[in-house]
Amino acid sequence: MSQASEGSRSLHLSQVTKEFASFTAVDSLDLDVAHGSFFALLGPSGCGKTTTLRMVAGLETPTSGSIRIGDTDITYAKPYQRPVNTVFQSYALFPHLDVHENIAFGLRRRRSAEVDRQVKDMLDLVELDGQARKKPHQLSGGQQQRVALARALVNGPDVLLLDEPLGALDLKLRRAMQIELKRIQTEVGLTFVHVTHDQEEAMTMADTVAVMNAGVIEQMGAPAELYENPRTTFVANFLGQSNLIAGKVLGRDGDFVKVDMHGIAVSVPAQRAHTDGTEGWVGIRPEKVLIAEVGEDIDAPGNHLEGGIVTDVSFVGVSTQYLVRMPWGQELQVFEQNTGRRKIFAHGEKVDLSWRPEYAFLLDSSQDVNAGIEDD
Amino acid sequence: MSPLARAGRWVRGHLVLGLGVLVLAYMFVPIAVVVLMSFNDPGKSKNVYAFRGFTLHNWEHPCGPAGMCHAVGLSVSIGLLATLVATIIGSMAAFGLVRHEFSGRGLANTIIFLPMASPEIVMGSSLLALFVSTGFGGRLGFWTIFVAHVMFCLSFVIVTVRARLAGLDDNLEQAAMDLYADERQTFWRVTFPLALPGILGAALLSFSLSFDDFIITNLNAGQTTTFPMFVWGAAQRGVPMQVNVIGTVMFVIAIAIVLGGELNNRRRARALVG
Ligand SMILES: Nc1ncnc2c1ncn2[C@@H]1O[C@H](COP(=O)(O)OP(=O)(O)OP(=O)(O)O)[C@@H](O)[C@H]1O
Ligand SMILES: [Mg+2]
Repeated sequence: MSQASEGSRSLHLSQVTKEFASFTAVDSLDLDVAHGSFFALLGPSGCGKTTTLRMVAGLETPTSGSIRIGDTDITYAKPYQRPVNTVFQSYALFPHLDVHENIAFGLRRRRSAEVDRQVKDMLDLVELDGQARKKPHQLSGGQQQRVALARALVNGPDVLLLDEPLGALDLKLRRAMQIELKRIQTEVGLTFVHVTHDQEEAMTMADTVAVMNAGVIEQMGAPAELYENPRTTFVANFLGQSNLIAGKVLGRDGDFVKVDMHGIAVSVPAQRAHTDGTEGWVGIRPEKVLIAEVGEDIDAPGNHLEGGIVTDVSFVGVSTQYLVRMPWGQELQVFEQNTGRRKIFAHGEKVDLSWRPEYAFLLDSSQDVNAGIEDD
Repeated sequence: MSPLARAGRWVRGHLVLGLGVLVLAYMFVPIAVVVLMSFNDPGKSKNVYAFRGFTLHNWEHPCGPAGMCHAVGLSVSIGLLATLVATIIGSMAAFGLVRHEFSGRGLANTIIFLPMASPEIVMGSSLLALFVSTGFGGRLGFWTIFVAHVMFCLSFVIVTVRARLAGLDDNLEQAAMDLYADERQTFWRVTFPLALPGILGAALLSFSLSFDDFIITNLNAGQTTTFPMFVWGAAQRGVPMQVNVIGTVMFVIAIAIVLGGELNNRRRARALVG
């Protein structure tokens, strides 16, 4: 397929807003999803993920803004007039039709040729051959999920929407289906827009992740980029965990920004500093923090923190997770790999912390330091 | 274990079964009596409630008693017609009540219960008053009975179909639209087949309500005689044994419909396994 026609099947949302009565579920959303990519929409419950998908599917009409696929405006097109198919959160399989007829439903509506062969190929792809004549209620949850996927995929849509398709499965089956889904997406080469509130799922499957919060997209990018260089406290906390420490910006020094953090001078790479203010949150991921005995020489130039006391130790096998109370009273998280070569500290021991400056990031002080922390 | 304890265990183990059989007997003995009496030869006896001897005469001459078969035919045709009309109107009303938001929906949902809740004698006499005051007093008969039956069947149809529709996942219709079915196809391919069991159930209920209604019918029938009215009238002089034949036939038809549905389900389930 030529480059031009591939580009013409990408999905674009511009300034899309959806209001329910006085409540704004989706707020001026801009989104571009390249053809053939695996795109994940990640966010906490109620942030507007399903509403966004439903507007793309045509099941909800935007209050304002426009939705395009390639050059075609589909903002107000009927659901059955769009080259888009959905895998519903609850699967929504037709209970009165068997597996074969469920999958054939879209093909028959469009009077497609060779329905039986296409359905059979699809059953092979999702590894359900032999189940064609069963009714949905005779299938397990994982099998139903595959039928829902096959029923949408068989139509070869420009964009496939998946609304938490793995949400109802148990953890083990979920991991297996994640790999399966990724395999299928690579095999068929279609655009997948996958909604989830599981950050691990989003990061392992997607080429691009958009983190959504309260109707807006906080940040969008490759999983590693989002994780390593979050722009907001919400992303820093929602995607993995972060230590966020209040600091005063001292000024720029070459490629670094100097920050005074409770009397300790630390530096943050300039392209990871996301504030123009005089104050900010210095962020560092727990696994990037090194822990050592007092006075021990640690392999980390700069950003050296003394006077920590271990307040909690939890051994989780692959790593040991510490909470260390710093002189200014804040407890920092430290994850250390169990290489077997480092000592495991005990509760109450005095320690020094350190990290390489290039791993730190700086966020705007106006943002809520606890945003995106899931209390469960 | 002592024999007594063993007996106690046996009783406990079979208690539920025993009670179940008793309940079934309670429900089916009257029907068994009807079937039995359809073979009764009352002879010249005035006591028609005693079994005197076996005969096939009643089955060979079901229309023996004057006017009975005409009454049955009338009841069946009113029943079929009223069922058809009530099921169509009632199903459409149920769709409206479930699928559309309109002001007064809550009120409408309550009002449809009223005909079910009010006593038949009240409904019957008020209908008669209506017919008389609108000038149909002299034309009581088939059509006034039909109108009355449609009226009281409607509530039952609406309530039955509405319950079925309310239990349907509206994601199913959205999924159909997502899979290229337009509004009309969505209705005929998804909504209607899923609502159908409810609609059929409502139709069966309507027919049986219409077929054996006595009070409302009696008040609005004029000179016309339906089967329940015939039985009532005959009971004054001694019920002809052929009434039991009609009763048995109705029972067999009902059983056949239920069994047919069940067999159909089994056959489909077996086709799935094969
Ligand atoms: N039809 C509606 N009427 C009013 N409010 C609605 C409607 N649909 C959704 N909302 C509101 O819009 C917000 C976003 O809902 P949405 O279903 O998009 O969330 P979500 O991100 O998919 O959440 P979840 O992860 O729980 O599925 C919610 O606060 C919800 O209450
Ligand atoms: Mg949702």
